[in-house]
Amino acid sequence: MSELTLTVMRLGFLAVLWLFVIVAVQVIRSDLFGTRVTQRGSRRQEARPQQQQARQAAAPPQQRGQQTAGGGRQRRGAPTKLVVSEGTLTGTTVALQGQTITLGRAHDSTIVLDDDYASSRHARIYPDRDGQWIVEDLGSTNGTYLDRSRLTTATPIPLGAPIRIGKTVIELRK
Amino acid sequence: MSVVTNTTTIGAIEAPSRRNTELALLAFAVAIPVFAYLNVGLAMDGKVPAGMLGYGLGLALLAGVAHLVVRKWAPYSDPLLLPLATLLNGMGLVLIWRLDQSPRLIATSMRLYDSFSPDAPKQMMYSAIGIAMFVGMLLFLKDHRVLQRYTYISMVVALVLLLLPLVPGLGSAVYGAKIWINVAGFSIQPGEFAKIVLAIFFSGYLMVKRDALALASRRFMGLYLPRGRDLGPILTIWAVSLLILIFENDLGTSLLFFGMFVIMLYVATERTSWIVMGLLMSVAGAVGVASFAGHVQDRVDAWADPFGCAKEGVAACQQMSQVMMSFGSGGILGTGLGQGNSDLIGFAANSDFIFATVGEELGLAGVMVFLLIYGLIIERGVRTSLAARDPFGKLLAMGLSGAFALQIFVVAGGVMGLIPLTGMTMPFLAYGGSSVIANWALIGILIRISDTARRPAPAPAPSPDAEMTQVVRP
Repeated sequence: MSELTLTVMRLGFLAVLWLFVIVAVQVIRSDLFGTRVTQRGSRRQEARPQQQQARQAAAPPQQRGQQTAGGGRQRRGAPTKLVVSEGTLTGTTVALQGQTITLGRAHDSTIVLDDDYASSRHARIYPDRDGQWIVEDLGSTNGTYLDRSRLTTATPIPLGAPIRIGKTVIELRK
Repeated sequence: MSVVTNTTTIGAIEAPSRRNTELALLAFAVAIPVFAYLNVGLAMDGKVPAGMLGYGLGLALLAGVAHLVVRKWAPYSDPLLLPLATLLNGMGLVLIWRLDQSPRLIATSMRLYDSFSPDAPKQMMYSAIGIAMFVGMLLFLKDHRVLQRYTYISMVVALVLLLLPLVPGLGSAVYGAKIWINVAGFSIQPGEFAKIVLAIFFSGYLMVKRDALALASRRFMGLYLPRGRDLGPILTIWAVSLLILIFENDLGTSLLFFGMFVIMLYVATERTSWIVMGLLMSVAGAVGVASFAGHVQDRVDAWADPFGCAKEGVAACQQMSQVMMSFGSGGILGTGLGQGNSDLIGFAANSDFIFATVGEELGLAGVMVFLLIYGLIIERGVRTSLAARDPFGKLLAMGLSGAFALQIFVVAGGVMGLIPLTGMTMPFLAYGGSSVIANWALIGILIRISDTARRPAPAPAPSPDAEMTQVVRP
């Protein structure tokens, strides 16, 4: 066997060994990122804290993280966060970033209400085309109240107005 | 600003089963040793070796069976463990076969025993048994938590396994270390199996006792000091490992067991003090024993100054200096497979010292690859431990990968002259039936735990939606 062939084989073998390690490391790369973000729609920013907040909604109050209100895209004077001000979830905040927030006892709600008087899909809060936040009752048993009046249609939410769902009260704040 | 309502779903990566990734990697892992086999054949005889097809098919068959079993019975398990272990096992076979070809080793064997039998076919058989063990683990161990029931039985079994080599007539001393037993013509190293059984005992025990060991402590100089009576377990294990060191003359085994316990204790309690204490105790024990046990003393001399004491004709030193020469002459890229002189090491060239052959023929680049592959196996083990949902599985995966890591540190460190050499085997690479079989079993358990850990979470508990919403009555 010629010297050249053996040299080529020797170096080739080392290259193949390293290639194997590199491929193996590529396979585990996915571990470095704990979560996967599936986006539908145009926004990409700060999607992550959102869901964590929702996850923490059911956790004891001291575990809830401070939420930084994000997104420089809001209009001046537009609310940046939703705050639960009464009920078992008091103190929970959710940053408003143009996403729909669902409220109810269902596990997949953004804010999971632990409230006997709430329906599983009770209400949703979403921004309309102008960025104005709208609350809509989803046919709940006990109704959703904005200030004192029971909602019948989708209604814009004034800043700081209490939205009452069962024993829970939430409001939008800057 | 026109923002369409967007939905963002964020979830933990619901692990895809990744069996196809595993298959592809496995094919790669079988191809590499076949390439190595060809390389050795071409370098040593100048022609394509006759056994190449058989060897390749054999390895592919073993890997294929293992893969199919994993696909069927552990579909969510980690995709890397099996290919990595297969590659190491395959490369081990090639390196052993390469040393079988060495005229020097054949001559030595003829002189000593009047016969020579190649080790590679035997190792192939052991690998097959190892894979069978692996398959058995997956078939019969449907849930690793079953092992928890056998906590104290494991303790007894482990002690028996550890003490077997001391039984007269059964144990046999090889080069001073009494870690083998002879049964029906086979020599078995019970310590390799004891490693797994002990990990089961430690995880079962620590899972129950960890609160007592973690919480009852005083703070002193930034360390949590445990109460005196909580020192019982660590002192007992320390004493047992010292006894192994004294009576079986094997630093590696005793270091492995004590180290594994300390690692698991730390993982279970999160107290750094256990690590500090463990290090102090093992140093004190090792130095104390080394000062009066002759066999250990030889090893320490060979470590401190291999070339100096080799001139005095001490066998351990001559071996060690050959090993050093092997690594040295390998350089960065090595001499090429089949073209080195690592067979000069003589005795145990294909078992304890097989890493020297890697060092000489594949050089630093090759040694690094092998260490990385071991590192990846350990990383997958630790990752499995992190992902496991039950404390027993967490501790067991951590203990097994910790033991694996320690073993590699002890062997590779010993061969490279970082610490005194001890007679342990490089997992999967070195010749030795017990080692290959036990390590395949270890990988089997890790795969079982990782299958449980990565399996998609069961459906959530019945939701409160099922209850009726109460109606407000004014």
